[in-house]
Amino acid sequence: MPYLLTTIIFLPLLGALVVALIPGNCDKIIRMTAIAFNAAVLMVVGVLCLLFDRTSGSMQFTETHPWIPQAGIHYTVGVDGISLALVFLTALLGFLACLASNTIKSRIKEYFIVYQILMTGMLGTFLALDLVVFYIFWETVLIPMFFLIGIWGGPRREYAAWKFFFYTLAGSVVMLLAIIGIYFLSTPHTFNMLELAYSSPLLSRTLQAILFLMFFFAFAIKVPVFPFHTWLPDAHVEAPTPVSVILAGVLLKMGTYGLFRVCVPFFPEAVAMFAWSLGVLGAVNLIYGACAAFAQTDFKKLIAYSSVSHMGFVLLGLAAMNSTGFNGSILEMFNHGIITGAMFLLVGVVYERSHTREFSAFGGLASTMPRYAFFLTFMALASLGLPGLSGFVGEFLSLAGIFITFPKLAIISAIGLIAVVVLFLVMVKKVLWGKPKEGVVWSDMSMGEVAVIMPLLILVLIVGFYPDAILDFQKHTVDVLVKTL
Amino acid sequence: MVNIAHLIPVFPFLAFWLNIAFGRRLGRGSAYVSVGASLISTVLAILVFMGLKPGGGSYELATWITIHDHPITLGIIVDSLTVMMLLVVTIVGTLIQIYSIGYMGGDIRFSRYFAYISLFMSSMLGLVLADNLLMLYIFWEGVGLCSCLLVAFWYEKPAAAAAGVKAFVTTRIGDTGLLIGILILLATGHSLRFADMGSLPGSEILMAVAALLIFLGAMGKSAQFPLHVWLPDAMEGPTSVSALIHAATMVAAGVYLVARSYVLFAMHPLALQTVAIIGAISAIMAASIACTANDIKKVLAYSTVSQLGLMMLALGAGGFTAGTFHLMTHAFFKALLFLGAGSVIHAVHTQDIRQMGGLIHKMKITGVTFIIGALALAGIMPLSGFWSKDEIFITLWQSGNPLLFGAAVLTSFLTAFYMARVIFLTFLGEPRTETHAHESPAVMTFPLVILAVFAAGLGFIGSPWCHGAFQNFLTGGEEAVHLNYGMIVFSTALSLSGIGLAYLLIVKGFKLPGSDCPCRNWFIRLVENKYYVDELYDVVFVQTFHKICEAMKRFDQLHIDGAVNGVSTIVAFCAQAVKRLQTGLVENYLLMQAGGVLALLLFILGKLCRIF
Repeated sequence: MPYLLTTIIFLPLLGALVVALIPGNCDKIIRMTAIAFNAAVLMVVGVLCLLFDRTSGSMQFTETHPWIPQAGIHYTVGVDGISLALVFLTALLGFLACLASNTIKSRIKEYFIVYQILMTGMLGTFLALDLVVFYIFWETVLIPMFFLIGIWGGPRREYAAWKFFFYTLAGSVVMLLAIIGIYFLSTPHTFNMLELAYSSPLLSRTLQAILFLMFFFAFAIKVPVFPFHTWLPDAHVEAPTPVSVILAGVLLKMGTYGLFRVCVPFFPEAVAMFAWSLGVLGAVNLIYGACAAFAQTDFKKLIAYSSVSHMGFVLLGLAAMNSTGFNGSILEMFNHGIITGAMFLLVGVVYERSHTREFSAFGGLASTMPRYAFFLTFMALASLGLPGLSGFVGEFLSLAGIFITFPKLAIISAIGLIAVVVLFLVMVKKVLWGKPKEGVVWSDMSMGEVAVIMPLLILVLIVGFYPDAILDFQKHTVDVLVKTL
Repeated sequence: MVNIAHLIPVFPFLAFWLNIAFGRRLGRGSAYVSVGASLISTVLAILVFMGLKPGGGSYELATWITIHDHPITLGIIVDSLTVMMLLVVTIVGTLIQIYSIGYMGGDIRFSRYFAYISLFMSSMLGLVLADNLLMLYIFWEGVGLCSCLLVAFWYEKPAAAAAGVKAFVTTRIGDTGLLIGILILLATGHSLRFADMGSLPGSEILMAVAALLIFLGAMGKSAQFPLHVWLPDAMEGPTSVSALIHAATMVAAGVYLVARSYVLFAMHPLALQTVAIIGAISAIMAASIACTANDIKKVLAYSTVSQLGLMMLALGAGGFTAGTFHLMTHAFFKALLFLGAGSVIHAVHTQDIRQMGGLIHKMKITGVTFIIGALALAGIMPLSGFWSKDEIFITLWQSGNPLLFGAAVLTSFLTAFYMARVIFLTFLGEPRTETHAHESPAVMTFPLVILAVFAAGLGFIGSPWCHGAFQNFLTGGEEAVHLNYGMIVFSTALSLSGIGLAYLLIVKGFKLPGSDCPCRNWFIRLVENKYYVDELYDVVFVQTFHKICEAMKRFDQLHIDGAVNGVSTIVAFCAQAVKRLQTGLVENYLLMQAGGVLALLLFILGKLCRIF
């Protein structure tokens, strides 16, 4: 099918245009239009998944159109096993977060325009195969996110938005330098990522290491890798619920995706050289994130830090440098998007009712909100990696992978995992158990809220019971990638 | 015979989802859903038992995941050990669920209770059917979760909520060992199947380490020292839960795991010795605490730790059949004792045995069945506990290690003592407080009677009178078990002396010699405070963890985020400094320009001078 990927990328942008044409006072129509466009994107992505050839490890549905041929820049897009799951994740969370955007009450038209542009940026990042196009989409994500936090955020929204913006921009600038550098170092000069995957590994070790570190800096900020993570809690706490869902569910994956799409294939020697450091950073992320999360008194901050912790598994799987680790790492990206996305939705549910996120305001909610209790417990269990739910599969594969390469790191991480368990159980205890607070009468989750979270719950179960549902798509791509190492 | 074993856990699993989704609409009907599912599982388990071929076998349903190019399958193992566990879990489980209809009758979360119990049944049955370690691990965590949820079932009570967390976290510490053990076997042994455990290619020392790590998981689940602290706290849950999960089935899973991977242990003497030593320590330590506890459930909880220790001790000394035989008999009589205790608590609304007394007159069925269970536990001939304990004694005697044998002897003596103490204080003698105790309804006493029949008679299948049918069933051998009169006399005398001591101390009010010696008081206080293990853990682990987390949070705010903000401050400061240059006055700009041109000219002049 020609133009399938282009349709996916630019359909949200078309949605933004359509929303822009609707008069600003027609809230309902604006909402419905935005939801309709996101539903359409999800459906097209569904078609893409159906048409995707799972037995192939190479790029599919590629399109190339000259854009600025004088500078060697072509609009090139394509999808393979690594990006497909993330594209699906983006479309799904984009749709669900759009449904959950009914909590946005002000400047609705602007909100959805910006939101739709954000969608285009994210989908484009995952599908681009030309470094310049990749970079442009990467930056396209930055600006809408800046506005979403800065306009529709909480009390300290401006501080959080600026921090997010400058921090990520600092990374992007370095990445741009690296992109220009790699262009001039490649023979023939090209921005095409598939060609670069052949030519870059031929560069000298030193050059590879320098370019790797430049790219890594940009990606590490996005992931975020310790110690570049402090923008994340601030951004999350201030962002409105649907934006948090997108931020944790999709934006963080741009960083790890970049590591797999750029760093591993372009600079295999450098990655191998730094594998141990990557693994250490992964373990630090895992344990440090969990411990820092445990001490938080803010519900949302706790989840934000737990994201840092989970991304540690992605790094561990990457550092393993074998197919088991890579598979675990890529699956963990998907799982984290689903589970943490759901977590932020659940934080939003109580925030809507209580207008606070301090743990001291909660307690005993299991008695008054049984439905909420079920979902929160379920997602907490998925987060702490309970076998049978999706989180476990990714974590286990990552650990099994890193155990082969660096057994000590695997053992330390497995022990550190106890902190994650404590973290989420104590969270459940603080929020749901105990005596209900007096005078607190919050209604249980509405059917609408349940409907938004239900697809995520089902996915957690499916992947937990039948991991091949996702792994089948990525296996062969990973095999191809591992062979080039 | 078609393979139907994998269907056994399916029905309780369906019951779980039914009760979760429609619990409130089902009301009391949710109990019938769970009990019905459990009955179907029981019937299937019996069918599997009847269709069991000698030596057993295993079959695969599907490939679950491929790791390092080795497929991990959804494999089902059906051999005598599994079938024994299946029967124990389904029969005890069904009886306890019937009992729960009465016991939990007035609870507002009635349907949620049965949902969790069904999930537990399904996980537990899956656990015993799994043919590889990863599958087992999945269900292993599942039962741990159900245990946590059911311990914290009355989560309004802070103690219950804390106990739930403690149960999960403590067992999870052990499970981390199991997880690392799995990683080792996967990376070096290339197989997780129990059937392959005898012939794994990895190095000797690595396999021994793997066995020890697997045992660490078993220690957590079976509440063995030093990971035993969660089990007494877990008594915060409903008593029926204590009976099912914390006495009969889940806590025995650790023993089952050791028995299941016995080949791996048997090949490494170090691993086997560790099992024996940990078992011995747990057995004696917990039995001594049980002698001083006054909460009827706590006595039974410590007794469970102690008896599980005895099973581990037997396994560690090479007594595969002895350990598993005791696992089976213990499941029945300990479930009976817990349900009896539940019936008593239901009637008198207290758990303190010092406030009970003479209850046998008001609660005949409960009283008689409880006493049967207690005597079985104390090891009185010919009740079931006698035969399994006897087998353990013989094994330990033959192993030739006097210390291990001594540990078992001391444990049995203490066991007889504390059970007699409980009986004398609760059911016999005069009532010590005004109570309106009454017998529990038939739905609760019926399971008691059935369990009492098992507790009394089950031992025969492993006795010489049955030609050791159980042992031969388990090992597939044809060996006859002979009556060992010396051991019978010895162990009976041991139990009777324990009971006698309790009679003298409690009923007759005798004082032990030297009872005012300060060192004795010191020792009693040590035991009464459970050897201060909880206090020690609180200081060493819990508070340290809190402190570390707080420190990390502060470090994150002050230093890491501080550095980030510091960078932006520096940038802003530089910008401020440079801003001064932009005065907006043309004169200044001209002056700077002139200065620049001059400097450049001088520079060029200098260069020229050097050339010429």
